[in-house]
Amino acid sequence: MNIIVCIKQVPDTAAIQLVRINPQTNTLVREGIPAIINPFDENAIEEGLRLREKYGGEVTVLSMGPPQVEKALKDAIAMGADKAVLLCDRAFAGADTLATSYTLACAIKKMGNYDLLLFGKQAIDGDTAQVGPGVAEHLGIPQVTFVRKIEIENQTIRAERTLEDSFELVEAKLPILVTVTKEMNTPRYPSLKGMMKAKAAQITVWGLQDIDADPNRVGLTGSTTQVIKIFTPEMRKKGEILRGEPDQMAEALVGKLRDSKVL
Amino acid sequence: MDNIKVIIEKCTGCKLCVKKCPFGAVELVDKKAVIRDNCNLCGACAEACKSGAIEITRKVIHADLSAYKGVWVFAEQKEGRIMPVTFELLGEGRKLADKLGTELAAVYIGEKTQGIAEELFAYGADKAYIAGSPLMGLYRNEFYARVLTRLVTEYKPEIVLVGATVIGRSLAPSVAARIKCGLTADCTGLEIDTEKKILMQTRPAFGGNIMATIISPNHRPQMATVRPRVMKRIAKQAGRKGEVVTVDPKISAEDAVVEILKIIKPEEQVVDLQEADIIVSGGRGIGKAENFSLIRELAETIGGAVGASRATVDAGWIPSYHQVGQTGKTVCPKLYIACGISGQVQHLVGMQGSDVIVAVNKDPSAPIFNVATYGIVGDLFEVVPLLVKKFKEALK
Ligand SMILES: Cc1cc2nc3c(=O)[nH]c(=O)nc-3n(C[C@H](O)[C@H](O)[C@H](O)COP(=O)(O)OP(=O)(O)OC[C@H]3O[C@@H](n4cnc5c(N)ncnc54)[C@H](O)[C@@H]3O)c2cc1C
Ligand SMILES: Nc1ncnc2c1ncn2[C@@H]1O[C@H](COP(=O)(O)O)[C@@H](O)[C@H]1O
Repeated sequence: MNIIVCIKQVPDTAAIQLVRINPQTNTLVREGIPAIINPFDENAIEEGLRLREKYGGEVTVLSMGPPQVEKALKDAIAMGADKAVLLCDRAFAGADTLATSYTLACAIKKMGNYDLLLFGKQAIDGDTAQVGPGVAEHLGIPQVTFVRKIEIENQTIRAERTLEDSFELVEAKLPILVTVTKEMNTPRYPSLKGMMKAKAAQITVWGLQDIDADPNRVGLTGSTTQVIKIFTPEMRKKGEILRGEPDQMAEALVGKLRDSKVL
Repeated sequence: MDNIKVIIEKCTGCKLCVKKCPFGAVELVDKKAVIRDNCNLCGACAEACKSGAIEITRKVIHADLSAYKGVWVFAEQKEGRIMPVTFELLGEGRKLADKLGTELAAVYIGEKTQGIAEELFAYGADKAYIAGSPLMGLYRNEFYARVLTRLVTEYKPEIVLVGATVIGRSLAPSVAARIKCGLTADCTGLEIDTEKKILMQTRPAFGGNIMATIISPNHRPQMATVRPRVMKRIAKQAGRKGEVVTVDPKISAEDAVVEILKIIKPEEQVVDLQEADIIVSGGRGIGKAENFSLIRELAETIGGAVGASRATVDAGWIPSYHQVGQTGKTVCPKLYIACGISGQVQHLVGMQGSDVIVAVNKDPSAPIFNVATYGIVGDLFEVVPLLVKKFKEALK
């Protein structure tokens, strides 16, 4: 079974408080924020590794981004991925989700010979959840989003898709694209052997020419959306701390909620 | 092509642009600003520059977009019942359509079609495209995407709004990729630039730390998803009339690539947190799984749903679909009561859109108090039972 896992490097959310905009100067404080693999993508890698352990084959990790994304790909190799490909080209820069999914799809087409594509359900920096479904459409293969469990038998996949208030058990033939939630598994830590392997690993780097992409459909040029303004959200005003003994506070709260017609 | 350039002679090396760039794409090399590859031309640096040293040129495309008219809302249904987010989108769509002087249409895809159009008209739609088929009662990506793509290609709306639900977040990107148009996820604000007649879409980014306004000036339709409860519905006008367009879905069972075998209901009755008016959430402060009964009791007393912080989900005290926050659900109920939750930023981004926030925490310096409308500093094991008691008395 050949599996391709798409991963994105994102700023570490645990540190994202540091990204707080300084209210006085209205600037972003971004120094010292570590870059990590998008947490859901770690679940996707883990699932890929487990499936490989069961059925054999190869796990390739694929990412588009600046040269420093090599670090994320090496981390994935340390976890156990076999190969890594980085899509890195000035022409890819500034891509929106449409251009990103087109570019990833071109690279996946070039790799060919895959049974399963695994994506995180969404990336925590942009939270769009749009790239997975986009790639499936560009490749013309079926997709199942928000999946918490998969089983594969005879080139047929059974997946549990998370809905708002229930789950859906679906079945389809491979190849297919699946986006995964964090319920799927607990990502493993890199092994010592893995880390050694990652250190020595050669990451394949592909540019525009290597993936036969239409230059008008990648990067900023291929993007349909434009960011025209960035601003600080209005901070919620600090409210009122109720005073007194617990039962006085409880009483006061009930009164306030009734007065303001919340209840 | 769009371009950005630093006019070296004008650059004073003041670093204002470096600080303003939300993407970390400007650096100073030899005391001059240099734009890196990850720039996405948002213009923050050019705006900040006092010496006019950063120049942005945007391509002007004279694509003929005039054929695209009207605002569309995807009318999501479950078991033949139109989902609340649809009415909210119709309320917002009505405003946008009126601003543009155009019509508002809803697209419904489902099995049961009786009485659907009337309900859509009552909430503001002028037109309803109704695509009915026994194969489309449940959401199937390939069928829904195919039908919606065909309709959009044929009737050419300028704006398409979709709920940011499980269904909408699969359907919208699929359709956008097929049509090759822009799609902005999870918008919290939609506005028409009346001069250019384009949709200005505002959404949070970087975990809610910044807001970005996004446009799609050269492509149609302009697509956006919006989370439930963000927009306001308009009052129902029963009997309001509109035009029904019956759509032949042109699909057949053989085209199904993903088979739905069954729906698995969780053991407990789950309320859709995103649709809930009231949410009572428990955090690590409740100490152990059994103590969620306290939270449940308070929720039941005031007719609310039960939410949770990630710490409690990770501890296995409660299933993950209760989780609120960055890796859980984003909710905006009328009332959110946080009990024993510290209020880390990943939790806050999921609930700070709530109308009223109440926090119960024994630590007066817990960050949750920074966003709480009403804060109670105290032991939740004492306070929550008292709240149950007082609410019961008050609601009697
Ligand atoms: C990538 C990433 C994504 C994340 N996503 C989410 C997410 O989606 N949602 C989420 O919630 N978190 C998320 N987190 C985790 C988040 O950072 C916090 O760890 C988590 O929210 C803490 O949960 P808590 O407030 O319940 O626990 P704690 O931070 O341990 O807080 C417990 C609070 O209870 C109070 N307390 C204790 N005993 C009592 C008592 N008897 N009475 C009253 N108060 C009491 C304490 O004072 C304390 O403030 C994420 C983290 C990462 C790294
Ligand atoms: N630049 C990228 N390179 C590789 N994979 C990506 C990239 N951007 C997004 N993805 C994948 O798409 C998923 C959804 O991302 P998003 O649509 O940005 O929320 C992620 O979890 C990744 O699996």
